Amino acid sequence: MSALLVHGYEVVIGFETHAQLSTKSKIFSRAATAFGAEPNTQACAVDLALPGTLPVMNKGAVERAIQLGLALGSHIAEHSIFARKNYFYPDLPKGYQISQFEIPVVQGGEVSFYVEEGQETVRKTVRLVRAHLEEDAGKSLHEDFMGQSGIDLNRAGTPLLEIVTEPDMRSSAEAVAYAKELHKIVTWIGICDGNMQEGSFRCDANVSVRKPGAPLGTRREIKNLNSFKFMQQAIDYEVRWQIEQLEDGHAIQQATVLFDPDTGETRAMRTKEDAADYRYFPDPDLPPLLISREWVARVQSEMAELPRVMAERFVCDDGLPEYDATQLTQSKAMASYFEATAKACGQPKLASNWIMGEVSRRMNSGEVTFDNIPVSPALLAGLITRIADNTISNSAARQVFEALWSEATASAEAQALATIDALIDAKGLKQINDTGELEKIIDEVLAANQKNVEEFKAGNAKALNGLVGPIMKASKGKANPAQVNALLLKKLG
Amino acid sequence: MSDQSLHHLSLVQLRAHLASQQISATEVAHHFLQRAQADTHHAFLAFHEEATLAQAAAAQQRLDAGDSSPLLGLPIAHKDIFVTRDFPTTAGSRILENYRSPFDATVVQRLADAGMVTIGKLSCDEFAMGSANENIAVPSAKPEAVTNPWDVSRIPGGSSGGSAAAVAARLVPAATGTDTGGSIRQPAAFCGITGIKPTYGRASRYGMVAFASSLDQAGPMARSAEDCALLLSALCGPDPDRDSTSLNVATEDFSRLLQAPQGDQPLATAGKDGGALKIGMPKEFFGDGLAADVRAALDAALKQLEQLGAHVVPIQLPRTELSIPVYYIIAPAEASSNLSRFDGVKFGHRAKDFTDLADMYQKTRSEGFGSEVKRRIMIGSYVLSHGYYDAYYLQAQKIRRMIADDFQTAFEHCDVIAGPVAPTVAWKLGDKSNNPLANYLADIFTLPASLAGLPGMSLPVGLGEAGLPVGMQLIGNYLTEAQLLNVAHQFQLHTPHHLKTPGGVA
Repeated sequence: MSALLVHGYEVVIGFETHAQLSTKSKIFSRAATAFGAEPNTQACAVDLALPGTLPVMNKGAVERAIQLGLALGSHIAEHSIFARKNYFYPDLPKGYQISQFEIPVVQGGEVSFYVEEGQETVRKTVRLVRAHLEEDAGKSLHEDFMGQSGIDLNRAGTPLLEIVTEPDMRSSAEAVAYAKELHKIVTWIGICDGNMQEGSFRCDANVSVRKPGAPLGTRREIKNLNSFKFMQQAIDYEVRWQIEQLEDGHAIQQATVLFDPDTGETRAMRTKEDAADYRYFPDPDLPPLLISREWVARVQSEMAELPRVMAERFVCDDGLPEYDATQLTQSKAMASYFEATAKACGQPKLASNWIMGEVSRRMNSGEVTFDNIPVSPALLAGLITRIADNTISNSAARQVFEALWSEATASAEAQALATIDALIDAKGLKQINDTGELEKIIDEVLAANQKNVEEFKAGNAKALNGLVGPIMKASKGKANPAQVNALLLKKLG
Repeated sequence: MSDQSLHHLSLVQLRAHLASQQISATEVAHHFLQRAQADTHHAFLAFHEEATLAQAAAAQQRLDAGDSSPLLGLPIAHKDIFVTRDFPTTAGSRILENYRSPFDATVVQRLADAGMVTIGKLSCDEFAMGSANENIAVPSAKPEAVTNPWDVSRIPGGSSGGSAAAVAARLVPAATGTDTGGSIRQPAAFCGITGIKPTYGRASRYGMVAFASSLDQAGPMARSAEDCALLLSALCGPDPDRDSTSLNVATEDFSRLLQAPQGDQPLATAGKDGGALKIGMPKEFFGDGLAADVRAALDAALKQLEQLGAHVVPIQLPRTELSIPVYYIIAPAEASSNLSRFDGVKFGHRAKDFTDLADMYQKTRSEGFGSEVKRRIMIGSYVLSHGYYDAYYLQAQKIRRMIADDFQTAFEHCDVIAGPVAPTVAWKLGDKSNNPLANYLADIFTLPASLAGLPGMSLPVGLGEAGLPVGMQLIGNYLTEAQLLNVAHQFQLHTPHHLKTPGGVA
């Protein structure tokens, strides 16, 4: 048990995360799921719950659930059930949400990550209860309708995986680290685009506090945390608020709360007394979801190497510490940068140190990512080779690296210009700015078009156009039009 | 061909007339439109002459081109539970008054593709909830209960009462119905026609306004098993992209087993392995609750079947009585959820004046739903609610499974099961309208097959009290519709009951 206490209280946090699945069409209909379309243009008869419509399961959504289960070491249920969660709300067209209740598709599993605790870096593991498939509701738009509310059903029926943890986190830092790790996994395996702004990855945090050793306190659920920053602020505020309440002798009421980023406070939306009875029951429109071992095996064979597996490989094959391996597998791009560097220099631990150290530091200070990093793995590997063979010291190498980074940036720009110039020359596209050459062309054209010259001199300004055209043509389009005009006017005086 | 007698022809006969060009599909459509529009039984809710005649003209073109599809150019009307593009769809409810669906139900689509011509939409109990066709709310200005063509002081049965009355009164030669707990079989019995509910999942539910999803099935209603077989062949088929509960069973020609008259004992070789057909007679279906006139007609029919070569064997369906509480928990539970979408937000009725969202919901649904629908929503919400779910809904599901198992045990001893459809003949209008429980109890013989998802049919076997039709129910094992229809067909080849016409019908 962690010894992290806040004013003598232990913080207990559990998470429910809604990850929007990256399928093209909805979970039970064929309408598109793309974000940002005009209201109600991506809602078909099924999404509108028109009489007589029925749900048909999207296999792609099931496969994404299988992928998550495989990534988190969960049990993938061979037999799971869709249930109806009944409640009335205008953006819930059927009057019930199809979700999984008693038997979810993904059961158990865990998420591991590192957090800083004081001076130490500690590995934490959060156990998952389950992840279940469900459909999203539409959106209620309460502004701009003259006192009425607008309903946009584009989002209705969008596939979600709700990922539920045990109350295993003991601080806001752990909570954020968990959320980041989960975010990394779902985007790594490609089941969710992870866009928190657009609501593709929404977290609800169940927060309670207790004296060490006491039973779990009453929890309050902070809804819809859509950035890691707000997540930490909201949980910290909530923890302080709960402790204050308890210290003042008030009991905590179970409630759902919202975090207001403007005030930095949480406020209650509804309490347990308002809790609806959802009258869950198995959806008779959907037979049980059956997932064969063969299906799971096929999905597994099509999956990219998981960060967890890749990290294990870095530990076993490259001899990296677990911490390094985990850090290096924060994104696919980082991991492959490491692999290329390590392979080129044969010094995985040095490569790891450099990537987690200097490279990351430089990247954090700029707009650079592993996709456009100026120092290639080959260059970094070369530098590391010179450290390893004692040609230079580590601190000298840092200076070299600095220079490499800056020069590489500068030389990349120079390189780009050189490439462009070479292309311009090769294709002969350079504008003629040489007045002499241009004047020669103009004189020829003027000589050949005396009629236009006379008309212009007689006051017909339009006659000039009859001269510019042939000049441009004679220069093969390379004359600078402004310059042609100026020279022409001068010559026609 | 005299126009006057067209409506007495079966589908098969009408089709022959179309094929021999004695009459055109348009003339047929006109004839039935005229009769239907003069309907005095309040069976019809909506017409769309233009659409009907366009379908007829298209059918005639196919006929002219030599298309030999068996249903091409034949008229049909649809229960107002099926959504239709060309007609309004109300499900008999004010809450859907003036609703127009942007798509056709799969069943409607399949019959249209087969070349059938839609004459109009037929009245039914609101959301198919009822067994007397008295739970109706549309048209709202003057909701009229459908009357039984055999005796207009009586109910036609329900919930497919409009369908049964229209076929019995010879307003159309065929109609679609839906059966959740007996809604095809019981009105067919009360109106002296033939109707079949296939195995659950045979007919797509896409486009059927849902009542109880795990029970709802579409089926045809006509005047003979032969006609029903033709209709059922077109109506059934997998619909995996639209209905997840649709069975992955290929389209089947249900007429294929209908044998021409062969000797005196066609049923002597219609059973398993070419042996005699064994007809199971469940003792629970022939107890004290069965009216004497119904019992007498059934006894005579069973004797007739024996003469045709069948063996009647006693069987047991021990949980028959439990089917009533089980059904009246499961069906309302599903209905309470299925009907949530009628909330005034997206389509259908919305209350005019309201103070806030909750008030809008409350007023909309109070105004829009009739009392039986409200009763079932309340029962259903109750049995699903926290703390009662295990005791009611879950328990009911367990017993439902046992009822289905009982049938499997019974089918070890017989090929088909025969029994009554309802304990009595059609009762008087208003007799049970204030007594929902009496209505529910009358469903006892149709509910078991519904709960088990088995195919069941009703065919006329004579007249009982006051000259009213008595129906016999045949229940088969899963996917044995062709056999059921053949048993009924053999019976109809040797008996005149299905040919009888209500007194007032000329």
